Amino acid sequence: MINLTINNMPITAAEGTTILDAAKLANVNIPTLCHMNFHDINMINQSANCRVCMVEVEGARTLAPACATAVTEGMVIHTNSPRAVNARRAIVELILSDHPKDCLVCEKNLKCELQALAATLNIKEFTPEGKRKSHPKDISNYSLIRDPEKCILCRRCETMCNVVQTVGVYSAINRGFETVIGTAFDAPISETECTYCGQCVSVCPTGALVKADNTREVWKALNDPEKLVVVQTAPAVRVALGELFGLKPGARVTGKMIAALRRLGFDYVMDTNFAADLTVMEEAAELLQRIENSGRFPMLTSCCPAWINFIEFQFPELLDIPSTCRSPHEMFGVVAKTYFAERVGVRPEDMTVVSVMPCLAKKYELHRPELEHHDFANVDYVITTTELAEMIKEAAISFGSLPDEAFDSLMGESSGAAAIFGSTGGVIEATVRTAYERYTNKKLDKIEFSQLRGMEGLREASVDFSGTRLNIAIAHGLGNTRRLLEDIRDGKSEYHAIEIMACPGGCIGGGGQPSYPGKIAGILKKRQLALYEEDAENPIRCAHENKEVLKLYEEFLGEPFGEKAHKLLHTRYFDRSRAL
Amino acid sequence: MAENNRTDSFADALKALDAYIASLPSADGKLIPILHEAQKLIGYLPPEALRHIAGRLGVPVSRVYGVVTFYSFFKTKPKGKYAISVCMGTACFVRGADAILAELKKSLGIEVGETTPDGLFSLDAVRCVGACGLAPLVTVNGKIFGRLKPEDLEGLLDEYRDGGNDA
Repeated sequence: MINLTINNMPITAAEGTTILDAAKLANVNIPTLCHMNFHDINMINQSANCRVCMVEVEGARTLAPACATAVTEGMVIHTNSPRAVNARRAIVELILSDHPKDCLVCEKNLKCELQALAATLNIKEFTPEGKRKSHPKDISNYSLIRDPEKCILCRRCETMCNVVQTVGVYSAINRGFETVIGTAFDAPISETECTYCGQCVSVCPTGALVKADNTREVWKALNDPEKLVVVQTAPAVRVALGELFGLKPGARVTGKMIAALRRLGFDYVMDTNFAADLTVMEEAAELLQRIENSGRFPMLTSCCPAWINFIEFQFPELLDIPSTCRSPHEMFGVVAKTYFAERVGVRPEDMTVVSVMPCLAKKYELHRPELEHHDFANVDYVITTTELAEMIKEAAISFGSLPDEAFDSLMGESSGAAAIFGSTGGVIEATVRTAYERYTNKKLDKIEFSQLRGMEGLREASVDFSGTRLNIAIAHGLGNTRRLLEDIRDGKSEYHAIEIMACPGGCIGGGGQPSYPGKIAGILKKRQLALYEEDAENPIRCAHENKEVLKLYEEFLGEPFGEKAHKLLHTRYFDRSRAL
Repeated sequence: MAENNRTDSFADALKALDAYIASLPSADGKLIPILHEAQKLIGYLPPEALRHIAGRLGVPVSRVYGVVTFYSFFKTKPKGKYAISVCMGTACFVRGADAILAELKKSLGIEVGETTPDGLFSLDAVRCVGACGLAPLVTVNGKIFGRLKPEDLEGLLDEYRDGGNDA
């Protein structure tokens, strides 16, 4: 243990502790900007780029960055000496001198870490005034917008994209004042290997990386009397939306969310969880078919469009292993515009399907041409959890005082297995529940597979299917995924089924969720716990017990993994590695 | 200068580059020497070369591009037949290198780092070339022209335009 003094308070800290963390032990807050500690997945951005956390260390010639300086025995630290405070303010003033001043209309207004820091440091005027960098906005894609003029070079996006996700889209380009966090050959994002996972958007402290906004289009559809507007909500949305209305992380707001959607004017409020159960039916049937026919293993889950982009760009030789199941919201879309449209007597072209998703990649996914049916997209718009909150606020709906309402029927019922789709481990657990009962013709004694749960980046478990052992692995985050895929490519993998989700924690940590880049402590775990509660409280625990899903097969689809199901609910993948 | 080693075809250059990479005990941490070699072989660093190197080293091409754009020595555009470098070292600078550079930009119609559309001249600003006694100076394909005045430059360029000064 190391003894030191911070602001005249004696502290004892473990060796290797940074000044920043040691100060927290003494309840001393040191402002930071580029620093980020992603506790749930053990990821730290400690680049010491911004120098906002400079503190004075007695005896040292220069100030020290608290985020990247380890404490030493006998250190005497002043975090709020005039020298430290002035340096901190000067650094933020310099950042502001090269930052656009359009905060009022910025996507990050009131959510911007730079804005908050300027307020904390009591900065009241723009001095000095200096040269401003000039770069074009990148609006090349459906998922995110990049505005390098708002970039403060904190490099969190670069850490996220390169170290955590191993996608490698971003790098610092040029040097000195010309430096920009950009792409190879300054290409627009749409021409890179970007998976649209949106994690760079989640960690950006300013308006430099923001989601593409589709709320205007959704309002237009809602106000169009000719359109029947159907909305579906992903499992992860209901355990995060409340955070944007002052509730605690992990607050479950399913009923209020449904009520809010009705008040926004959606004609039918239904559930992606219904489609998650449908996905389980298809995926379990596909898995059993591969087991019975000694087919290709491992089978990889395919619910996550960012992960599908990743394999298409980076591992084209493995395109035969993912399940061919479409993502649940795409299954919902096609069923809504066929089966549901028929039942309510509406032409599919007069129906608008809106997905509320925790995800930015799904904004891109709906434009994939192979997912079209009868020449129109099955899902018309994807809005994120944060966009839904923006619409609710825009409509001046008092979210907290809404009653709890229930989903509309035909595509509104769901099992507990569908609820856990939003968390890492959930899709495979849901699939195993159904595959087990279908394969063994026995009821599960214990419905919960605790060995598949958790937050470690890579997990594995073995499940006994009455004598047949099924080896299962789970990866979340694309860096962890890469390790599994390399083993598969090299023939070193002995798994039968692998669940992959691109975002840390799975969809609960998606790029469209409320984000806390500077202070993410245990948020993902709280949302995860909430989903397992949703599951535990649901009287139906398995997809194949969902009556609306069974009715859909009986009246419309036929057999799971059958011909009609195959045509409507499955897809194919493309080698895109050479397209760059 | 680089010209002596320039290989005729791009494919041959990449083969030679692969041989160079293979000759290294380990390619880890050798991105910069590899880029040097590539520029020596090709004359500049086109996107295909950077993609090739990224693939060989297993690093994202964005990172390779980031390194290339960080160092002024690395060129992403082909150099002209005559590569003009204006020394901006201290001695040259105090003896009026900025006026020399401005005059060259004006008469060639290009900025630093660019090449004339006919491919004849490219223009660079470099650090001290170590011939301060001749300040201010420029080099053309490595050949030094010292104690220049802005009004000397048009004549110098004309000699190259006529092919008269071809070394």
